[in-house]
Amino acid sequence: MLTISNLYANIGDKNILKGLNLKVNAGEVHAIMGPNGAGKSTLASILAGREDYEITSGEIEFENKSIMDLSPEERAQLGIFLAFQYPIEIPGVSTTNFMKTAVNEIKKARGEEPLDAVQFLKLIKEKAKLVELDSSFLTRPLNTGFSGGEKKRNEIFQMAVLNPKLAILDETDSGLDIDALRIVAEGVNKLRTPQNATIVITHYQRLLDHIIPDFVHVLYDGKIVKSGSKDLAIELEEKGYDWIKAEQVAI
Amino acid sequence: MDTVQSLDLKSYLINSLENRFSSNAIDSIRKEALNAFENLNFPNQKNEEWRYSNPQNWLKHDFSLENRRINYSLSDFEKFQIPNLEANVLVFVNGKYQESLSKIISHEDEIIIEPINIALEKHSELIKKHYCKSIDIKKNIFTALNTIIYNEGVFIYVYPNKVINDPIILYFISDAEKPLIVNTRNLLIADKGSEVAYVEIFEGNDDQAPYFTNTVTEISVEQNARVKYFKVQKEGNNNYHIGTTEVNQQKYSFFESTTVSLTGSYIRNNLNLILDGENCESHMYGLSVSSGKQLIDNHTLADHQKPNSFSNEIYKSILNDKSIGVFNGKVFVRQDAQKTNAFQSNKSIVLSADAVMNTKPQLEIFADDVKCSHGATVGQLDESMLFYMQARGIGKEKARRLLMQAFANEITDKISIEPLKAYLEDAIIKKLEG
Repeated sequence: MLTISNLYANIGDKNILKGLNLKVNAGEVHAIMGPNGAGKSTLASILAGREDYEITSGEIEFENKSIMDLSPEERAQLGIFLAFQYPIEIPGVSTTNFMKTAVNEIKKARGEEPLDAVQFLKLIKEKAKLVELDSSFLTRPLNTGFSGGEKKRNEIFQMAVLNPKLAILDETDSGLDIDALRIVAEGVNKLRTPQNATIVITHYQRLLDHIIPDFVHVLYDGKIVKSGSKDLAIELEEKGYDWIKAEQVAI
Repeated sequence: MDTVQSLDLKSYLINSLENRFSSNAIDSIRKEALNAFENLNFPNQKNEEWRYSNPQNWLKHDFSLENRRINYSLSDFEKFQIPNLEANVLVFVNGKYQESLSKIISHEDEIIIEPINIALEKHSELIKKHYCKSIDIKKNIFTALNTIIYNEGVFIYVYPNKVINDPIILYFISDAEKPLIVNTRNLLIADKGSEVAYVEIFEGNDDQAPYFTNTVTEISVEQNARVKYFKVQKEGNNNYHIGTTEVNQQKYSFFESTTVSLTGSYIRNNLNLILDGENCESHMYGLSVSSGKQLIDNHTLADHQKPNSFSNEIYKSILNDKSIGVFNGKVFVRQDAQKTNAFQSNKSIVLSADAVMNTKPQLEIFADDVKCSHGATVGQLDESMLFYMQARGIGKEKARRLLMQAFANEITDKISIEPLKAYLEDAIIKKLEG
């Protein structure tokens, strides 16, 4: 589904990604771990189409077509979803209004019929249950005054509504307590199908106790230096990132 | 050059006005106003209050006081009407009252609503008591002019303790074939304990002859009374509007003003609130959306003269193309006005490189036990909000419009008259879409 080949990317003068390779197939969950500053959030932003980054070489293909020239909305319309590490507050725009616009803009781009108010309301009430959010949050301004946990659950709610092919969760577990973590993880698990794929970007192992990955990759100094099964995550938890850094220095 | 041309306008006006006095209740005030007018000059950019909104450019048009009597039919008027609104309606075209299009539905023992020159005959004592009470005509040439020659306008008196459920909507429509100056004068008195909502809508088509709306509204909010005031500006691209609203509040009264300015080549609104009593509550809300070469200037004043009152002001602007916005919010807290709470906020979004917003909060505080704050921001649409919306599949243009609507909604959400709110939300969307 997603193929990233030898990707080099800068922001301003700084080189962040230095030859990153990754292949994700439908039905798979890939975890990307790594120390701070390695490029994890950069990778997420680039996949979503953030224009602050300059791609100097390499390729990103989604369903065998390059997406490098596509705008963020075009990527979303193709079925790529980014759960933000720091979800944005938009006072004055209700969650309902925001999601209805998003759903119908995506449908319009795909040549599908838009949902009317009744159909849409039914959809979002159903999905709100998935992340145990009370439907009262739907009329409140988007993320405004929400706690960290509520914001992250709102991201998974949006994912449930938009039903993407590829979901990228950018440090979804950061700032969450145990209960919020459980709810978020259960939400993600319920949305898994053999047709979609998930990239879980995380610094800590604990989320991966709940969202079991098929593959674990270590992102260090701008590229993926090690890949393995879920056991790699446990090894990192025990040993930290220093042994990876040491291995790299030795190379 | 410019000053010479506006001197022409001034001379023309003085000549026309000198013989317009009959014997009515307010003639002595009008004569005073004529003296004041003779001693004043139309402002230019050297006057501090007009520094960013110099009117000399358009005062050069040869505006005439003579306008042909127009009678509008229902089909002429229909497109200006606010849908689904049950209200007391008075319609004026070029300052002339359109009786056939107007209707009063509230009861006459609750409220007097009449064109002002009829009211001058029937209620002269009442008018004489309140006319020009709050205005210092020696200071402002436009209000002095209006005080002399007001064309028509409305007199409204609400009896004590009467709650008027149906709002009063005044439509002022401009439709001129040759350059015209129209001075409408409105006087609203809400007697003790009464409640009323009052709306002024200024409308006009594009591509008319130059039209100068010089309007003055005086509002007396007596003890315990509650008045909500709305001003909507949708005049044409050759319209020049100078509007002064003077409000006097007595103790325990409530006054809320909402001004929505959308079209019209030049707009200058002066909104002055005199909080002449303890425990007053005042709110001033404003929204301007400007484009092309429009200039929209809002000058406001909250004058806390007595203790324990509260004023709250939020004015917002969205500016595009080469348009110019001006905001000057004065808050005076007099020496005796202890325990005053006064808050002011002015926020602007600038959408183009050439649009300019000039904003000046002006707090003059002479009491020492007060809580006052002010804030002004001028910025662009938030990039991170735009990206978030795009990342959810919303195209950039649509995302920008959603954010601008959200910005405007802070003001329109407060409008308690539902059909007016819906009408304005639509009008704002249309203006934003250009």
